[in-house]
Formats: sequence, C-alpha cells, structure tokens
Amino acid sequence: MTIHQLSVFLENTTGTLVQVLRQLKKANVQLVAITIADTAEYGILRIVCAEPLRACEVLKEAGIAVAISDVFALELDNKPGCASDVIDLFSQAGISIAYVYTFLYGGKGILVFRTDNTELARKTIAENNLPFIAEDALAQWK
Amino acid sequence: MNIDSPYLHPEYETLSREEISKLQTERLQETVRRCAKVPFYERKFREMGIKAEDITSPQDVRKLPFTTKQDLRDTYPFGLAAVPLTDCVRLHSSSGTTGNPTVILHTKNDLDEWANQVARNLWMVGLRPDDVFQNSSGYGMFTGGLGFQYGAERMGMLTVPAAAGNSLRQIKFIKDFGTTAIHAVPSYLTRLYEVMQEQGVDPRRDTKLRVFAIGAEPHSEEQRQRIEKMFGVKAYNSFGMSEMCGPGVGFECQEQNGLHFWEDYYIVEIVNPETLEPVPDGEIGELVLTTLRREAMPLIRYRTRDLTRVLGRTCPCGRNHIRLDRMRGRSDDMMVLRGVNIFPIQIEKILMTFPELASNYLITLTTDNDNDNMTVEVELAEMFTDDYARLQSLTKSITRALKDEILLTPIVKLVPKGSLPVSEGKAVRVVDKRKVYQ
Repeated sequence: MTIHQLSVFLENTTGTLVQVLRQLKKANVQLVAITIADTAEYGILRIVCAEPLRACEVLKEAGIAVAISDVFALELDNKPGCASDVIDLFSQAGISIAYVYTFLYGGKGILVFRTDNTELARKTIAENNLPFIAEDALAQWK
Repeated sequence: MNIDSPYLHPEYETLSREEISKLQTERLQETVRRCAKVPFYERKFREMGIKAEDITSPQDVRKLPFTTKQDLRDTYPFGLAAVPLTDCVRLHSSSGTTGNPTVILHTKNDLDEWANQVARNLWMVGLRPDDVFQNSSGYGMFTGGLGFQYGAERMGMLTVPAAAGNSLRQIKFIKDFGTTAIHAVPSYLTRLYEVMQEQGVDPRRDTKLRVFAIGAEPHSEEQRQRIEKMFGVKAYNSFGMSEMCGPGVGFECQEQNGLHFWEDYYIVEIVNPETLEPVPDGEIGELVLTTLRREAMPLIRYRTRDLTRVLGRTCPCGRNHIRLDRMRGRSDDMMVLRGVNIFPIQIEKILMTFPELASNYLITLTTDNDNDNMTVEVELAEMFTDDYARLQSLTKSITRALKDEILLTPIVKLVPKGSLPVSEGKAVRVVDKRKVYQ
C-alpha cells in the first residue's frame, strides 16, 4: 500500500541540488516528483521515482546521504475538494501527518504523505476503498 | 602601607635588574632544594647531575629539566607535592578534560604569597583600600574567584564575591555598593554593558566604576579599548594560570604597555616551542615559568603553551620586572573560549558517541556582537530519516551533550558527508576567526 520515497540530506548552498540530480540523470533514473523541505541550515530533498531502490544505490555510491522511507500515495480525482475530503478521513481517524505533497500524473492528482501511524492509515485507506499507488506501479512510470 | 606610594611592595617592585638577578639566583637555589624532595624531580636531577650549588645565576635555570602539563597528569593527584599533605591547606584542580585532571596544592604560605601578588597588582593599577572591588568571576575550582578575593581583601578593599553571571544583580551591586572596580572576563563586560543599556543605566553617570581587571580569555587591544570607551573605565590586562597559583602572575601597570611578570616570584623564559632554545627579546615564543616561592608544589621550567614575547625590562612606572606582550595564542591545540579551556578532542569524543554522525567535523570560533561563539559543523554519516523534526532533535541532543562536556553551548550544524574540507595529512579541526587573532 506504500511506495518507497528517497530522502536526501542537502546543504543549503548553491549547487547541492544539481549534484544529486546529475547522479540520477547519469543513471537514467526517471523522476516522478521532487520536493524540498528547507530550514535555515539544510534541506531535505524528497524524491519519488521509478526504481527507487536502484536510485538509492546510485546515490549511496556517489557518497550522498540518502534514506528510503515508506510513504502513502493516493490517487485523487483532479477536482476541487478531493484533497480536503481525504485528509478529513485521516483527521477523523486520529492520524497525524508528518508531511504531505501532491503532483499530477496521468490526469490524476497524486497525494503523497507520511505518518507514523502506518497501521491505522492502511486500515482507513482499505475501509474507504481509497485508490492508492502501489510500489510495483512505480516501475511502470519508467 | 603608604597610601600615597605607587608601590605596595616597593622593596620588590623597584629592584634594579642586578638586584632581581641576585634575588632570583638565591630563590632558584631554594626551589631546586625543595624540588629535590620530590621523587619526580630528584630522579631527573640525579640523571642530569644537577645540584642546587650549580645554580649561580638565573640563566642557570636552563640547566634544569622542563615540566609539562602531562607530567602533572602523570603524577596525579599528589605526586609533585614537595611537602607532606598535612602542610597543605588548599587544592585547586583543572577539569581533567583530556585525561587525568591536574591538581595544584597550596600551603598557607603559598596562599599568602598568592594574595600578595594579586594585592600588588591591584595597587599598581591605582586601587586603594577605600575602593570597592566586585569579583564577577567564577568561583570554585576556577582560581580567578578565590585568587582575586584573597588578593583584594589582602589589599584592604571591600570585596564583593559577586561571582559570574546574573547581570541584573551585578548592576544592582555596582549601584548599591558603590563598586569602583570589577574583575571579569572581557566578553562578560561587553555583555554587562548591553544589559546596562537595556536597563537605562549609564555607567558614567550612575556608577562609580573606574578600574577593570580583565583576563582569562584571549582578547585584542581593540576589544580592550572598546570596553574602556563603553564604560569610561580603565581596563588592565591580567595573566594567571592555576599551575603557578592563579591570577597575579602578570599584570599591566598604568602605562598599559604590556604585562609585568613578577620576577621575585617567577623566572620567565621565552623559548622556541620546537627547539626549546631561548628566543631573542621581541620574538614570539612559548612562555616558560619557574616558581621561586611556592612550597607545596614548586614547578621548574613549566611549559605554559602560551605564546608571547618580551617587550622590555624597564618601564616609566619605575618597575624593572620583565614586560611581556599579551598572549598571542597557543603552541598546542587548546582553545580558550569565554574563559573556558577547551581541547578539540573533547568535542570529538562527544561527537563520536552519536552513530548518526561521520568522523569529520570543524570547529569555528567567531566574535559576534562582542560575544565569542563556537560553531561545530559535523557530517552526517547516513541519512537516517526523512523527517526534519528528527534531524532537529539530533542537533539538540548533540548540543546538550557538548554543553555537558565543555560547559558552553555551541552552535551545532549538521552537514552532508564530504562537505567539510579535508586537508592533506592532519585534518584542520579548528578555525579561529575571533577578532583577537586578526
């Protein structure tokens, strides 16, 4: 029910983002979404891509600090209010969300989020029949 | 005690160079005799074939062995005592951050002589028994507390053991007690001035302050002058180290042209830290001190690791005791930050306890708004999370652990692996950008 997301620790200086992306380009990794959470001192670059495990190895070999984490990716209709309805379900179930971001793919809105309460999230998604992106779907995005 | 005399101890302060030399020769012989009772020195003297009678001039100190801080650690706690412990009345100890702590013992006479040195210095900068002296220095094991306390009392001043910190209370004391003189580390005085400004206190209008004794941390001439301008108070540089007794070893006179080191108490040498040969006057080298009066723990040719140079042996103030420049840095890797001695190894030791961190780190010392700060940048070994909050809590844990070790709160910055400069051979761990070294 979850997908692998890469998290890369970045120094908050010019040129650090491109160093990471260059490595992925060299290895011919197809990116699906990237987002950066930044603080004054450093940033965390989060990446959804086809073949995340291979991408992780590529970055590690290049000496880049990278972690893999499991995040949920829900497929939403690209219409007003859809994100609100879904988050509302989680909120009512008492699930706190660490972070969230969205992107468009194939005419659908994809909502990515991570929570520490994985089990409850799985249950909520199943009970409400929410369409989600599975790990094996990522490879098709290649 | 003649209030009108510029000297508290004219019989010693105004000695000619010749008389100083004669006195030092006698006292060095005494010191060698005293040290011969210490197994550590007795063995060295025997191996080198030295007896007290071989000392015929102060320069003969060069025939004697050096003593290092490591020797103090190796003989911890009482191995260098030259008298039975029952004759000792005081013990001061360093924090022992890089191995065994060091212990310094004092007899009653040692404390007396220490107080005399401090009293002499305070008199020299124009203080008299009707002054009110506030000691805003740390007490406890730090010798700047009790050292100035006893010296100021010896001189006859009303002495306020205010200790460090709590600026509002310090300002209240200054106003209520009519404080005329303060001893503190220079960075604290600039902090005190900020608080005075916030409180609407004008030191010129609202206080009787006229003399500062500053020391225990490196500071530049510019910093001193800025402090003097802020408060409208004369600030005099003080040198001390617990191995010699504490504060009082060297002090500026009202000419402010370098620190007079008291040659009736110490033999002063400046040596090349590599060859250990004496360097000519004016050239920077390592300060080496031999105690001449200490009973409990006399030290011969103690390598202070402080770098300085000889400025002269005469002075318009009438004292012919050797004048040394302010300390220019260290011949080892010790840092002095806000009066606290810190070795990089202490930082390293703490960082290594965090499995999330790699081994490369960089310590940067800066002066920001007159406050000296330490920034520790350290590389993350692995990206262990996708969560900002966890990185932040790691930063906090590191900061807390470092504070427990070095007693100061550094700024901790996590950086990606490979982003810190790795120099060829020995890694550069410390970058000192403080104003004092510019």
